[in-house]
Amino acid sequence: MEAYFDNGATTKVFPQVKDIMIEAMELDYGNPSSMHMKGVRAEQYIKDSREVIARSLKVEPKEIIFTSGGTESNNMALIGSAMAHIRRGRHIISTRIEHASVYNPLFYLEEQGFEITWLPVDDHGIVQLDALKAAIRPDTILVSIMHVNNEIGAVQPIAEIGEIIKKANRNIIFHVDAIQGYGKYHIYPKRWKIDLLSVSGHKIHGPKGIGFLYRKDKIKIHPLILGGGQQKGMRSGTENVPGIAGLGMAAKLIYEDHDKKMLHIRTLKDHFIEEAMKLSDVRNNSGEAPHIASISFKGVRSEVLLHALEEKGVYVSSGSACSSNKPAISGTLKAIGLTKEYYDSTLRFSFCVFNTIEEVDYAIACLKELLPMLRRFTRR
Amino acid sequence: MEFKAFLIKYAEIGIKGKNRYMFEDALIRQMKFALRDVGDFAVHKQLGRVFAEAKSDFDFEEAVEALKRVFGITGICPVIIEEDKEFDHLAEVCCQFMDEQYPDKNKTFKVYGRRADKRYPMNSMEFSAEMGSRILDKFPEFKVDVHHPDILLTIEIRDRVYIYSDVIKGPGGMPVGTNGKAMLCLSGGIDSPVAGYMIAKRGVRIDATYFHAPPYTSERAKQKVVDLAKKVAKYAGPIHLHVVNFTDIQLAIYEKCPHDELTIIMRRYMMKIAEHFAKEGGSLALITGESIGQVASQTIHNLAITNEVCTIPVFRPCIGMDKQEIVDIAEQIDTYETSIQPFEDCCTIFVAKHPVTKGNLKVIKHSEEALNDIIDDLMKKAIDTVEVIRIDA
Repeated sequence: MEAYFDNGATTKVFPQVKDIMIEAMELDYGNPSSMHMKGVRAEQYIKDSREVIARSLKVEPKEIIFTSGGTESNNMALIGSAMAHIRRGRHIISTRIEHASVYNPLFYLEEQGFEITWLPVDDHGIVQLDALKAAIRPDTILVSIMHVNNEIGAVQPIAEIGEIIKKANRNIIFHVDAIQGYGKYHIYPKRWKIDLLSVSGHKIHGPKGIGFLYRKDKIKIHPLILGGGQQKGMRSGTENVPGIAGLGMAAKLIYEDHDKKMLHIRTLKDHFIEEAMKLSDVRNNSGEAPHIASISFKGVRSEVLLHALEEKGVYVSSGSACSSNKPAISGTLKAIGLTKEYYDSTLRFSFCVFNTIEEVDYAIACLKELLPMLRRFTRR
Repeated sequence: MEFKAFLIKYAEIGIKGKNRYMFEDALIRQMKFALRDVGDFAVHKQLGRVFAEAKSDFDFEEAVEALKRVFGITGICPVIIEEDKEFDHLAEVCCQFMDEQYPDKNKTFKVYGRRADKRYPMNSMEFSAEMGSRILDKFPEFKVDVHHPDILLTIEIRDRVYIYSDVIKGPGGMPVGTNGKAMLCLSGGIDSPVAGYMIAKRGVRIDATYFHAPPYTSERAKQKVVDLAKKVAKYAGPIHLHVVNFTDIQLAIYEKCPHDELTIIMRRYMMKIAEHFAKEGGSLALITGESIGQVASQTIHNLAITNEVCTIPVFRPCIGMDKQEIVDIAEQIDTYETSIQPFEDCCTIFVAKHPVTKGNLKVIKHSEEALNDIIDDLMKKAIDTVEVIRIDA
C-alpha cells in the first residue's frame, strides 16, 4: 500500500488540471500578448483563471497578479511594498514562525536598513495579540503574518490581527502568507483587512511554478521583475499560460463542495492523531488546520523514522524546519517550546482529498511495527 | 583554419616489446570512450603515433577536456592535416597557421621538420630551414631561437603532413585496462573517489562497493554515491557499483558487540563483503580511501585489524596524504562538491563517542564471537540482495 501524507510539501494535480494544461500547451499555445487570434485565445485562459480566483476571495480580478509561486509572491509582497513605502518608515513586524520565503526577504530588508520586530508565539504557535499591539509604532509600514503554519498547522486569527493593525494605523500594509491556508479555508481579504496575500498553486492540486499575489487596489508596491510590462507592469514576462490555467482550475475545484472536502481531510487528521496518541512516548503538536498533523516520537530520529516509513510506502516530512541559524528565527517547533529530544523526533503528516481512512490505518500500523524496533537502536 | 584532429603523445614507459600493442589498443579504446559524446571521431594508430580525427563538428574545448581524462596521454597536440605535400602550399599553410595561432608576433620560434616519408625531395634539415625563412619573410616580427623557442612549430611529413605547435599536458599514467581490475570501497566521502581515481590512473579498471543502511541512510545518500561513481567513471571507464544493504549486520553488531568497537568490527565485515564481490568480478585487489590517523578507525592499529580479514591486497593510495592534499585532488577531478553535500547520515547514531583507537586483534576477534550464530546468514543475505548498477559516466 502507498500513502502519500506529504501534501503540505506538494500535492498531486487534479486530473482536470492536467487536462486544461495540455489544452493550453497543445491547442492554445499562443503568446497572450500577441495581437492575433492565437494570442486572444491564450489570454482567455488568464482572464478565466483570474476570474475564478477573484471570486474565491471575493475580490476584483484586477487585484490578482500571477507569479512563479509562493516564494515569489512573498518576496514581491515584502520587498516590493517595503521599497515603495520606505519614506513613511522602516519598521516591519512579523513572527518567529514564518516560512523561509518570508523571513529571508525580511533579513534582506534588515540589511537594507529596515528594522524587524519578530513576534513570539504561545505554546500552540499562536501570535499574542497584545504583543502585536505593543509592537506597532508610528514608523511601522508593514506587518507580515502567516495564515496557516506549515510545520504544525497553527492558524492565526487573521481577521482580529487585521482589525488591530488598521485600528492602530490604516496606512500599515498587512501581508498574509496564505500558502498553507488558501484552499483549506475561505479567505476574505476585504473583510479581514488584508492588503497583500500570497498563494501557491501546487499546494492545492495545481501545478508547480505558479502562484499569485492578491494586491488590494491602490496599494503601492514596486515590481521585482522588470521587462515587457505584462500584468500592468507589476510582473513582466510572458505569462505561464498552462500554469495559470491549471491554477485557475485547481482553485475552482478545491472550492467546489468545499465543506465536504475539508470534513474529509479533517476526519483523516483527527483519526490519525487519535490513533497516534495511543502509541507510547508521543507528543501531539498539531494546530487547528484541517490537513496538518505534527507528532513527536520521543527517542527516534525523525529522518530514520521517515526513511523507515518510506520503505513501507508512507511518505511524510520531517517536522522541523529549523535549518536556520539566525537567532531571530528558531523554527516553529522551538518557538512553541519543544525541547531538543522532541523536535529532532517530529514528523509532519499532511493530508489531502485523495487520501483515505484505510491509508491512515495503514500508516498507523506501520508506526506500531516500526517504533519499537527503531527505539531499540538509539544512540548510546 | 580549424583543428580537426589531435595527435596524442604518450609516455614510453612500459610500452616496450610485446606490451606496446596492448598499451596502444587500451589507449585507443579509452579515447573512443572519452570522446563518444563529443562527436564522431576516428581514433587510430600509425607508426608510433595515436590520432583522433574528427569526422563531425565538435567543440574544441570539450574534446580537449575529454582527452585530459584519458590516462596514458602525456600530451595533446591540436594538429592540422594536409594532404598536399607540395612545399609552396605547405609554406602558405604554415604561415597562415602561425598568423592565426599567434596574433602577438613578438615571440621566438623554431621549425622542427621530420621526414618520415623518405621519398620527400628535401631532407629534414633543409625543410626546416627553408620553412623558417618563409615564415620570417612573411612575418619579420618573429625571431628564430633554435635552443629555447617560445613556439616549436612541428611539421611531420608522413602519408600526409601534420602541423602542430601546442602541446596540452595530459594526465599521464597508464591507459585503463592495461593493469587488471580492482574493487573500490566507495563511500559518500571525499577520500574514496580520489583513491579510485589514483588507482585507475595506473591503468586499473575499477568496480565499486557501497554499503547503505536504510532507513538510517537515505535514498539521496545512495544517489550521491552513484553521482560520485559517475565522476570517477569519467576517468576510469564503466564501473559496476555494488550496493549492499548493511543494516542488519550493523544492527547485530550494535546489539551484540562492545559499543566502542562497533566501527572496527563493521569495517571488517565490509571488507569481507567487498572482497567477495572483488573475487566474483575478477578484481585482484581492494581500494580504500584510508589515510593513517585521519579518524579513529584509521589509526595504524585499526588499519591492521581491518586488513587482517583480507586475503587479497588492499591498495590505499591516500595513506600518506594530508586531508588538504586529498581535497586538492578531489577538486581537480570534480568530486569534492558532490562529496560535501550534506545528506543526513543517521548511521552516526551508532558511532561511539569515544571509539577504540588502538584496537587489539585478539579482543576484537573475541567480541566477534558473539555474532557466531547469526553472522553467516546475515552476510549471505547481504551478498544475495546486492544491487549492481552499471555506471557509464
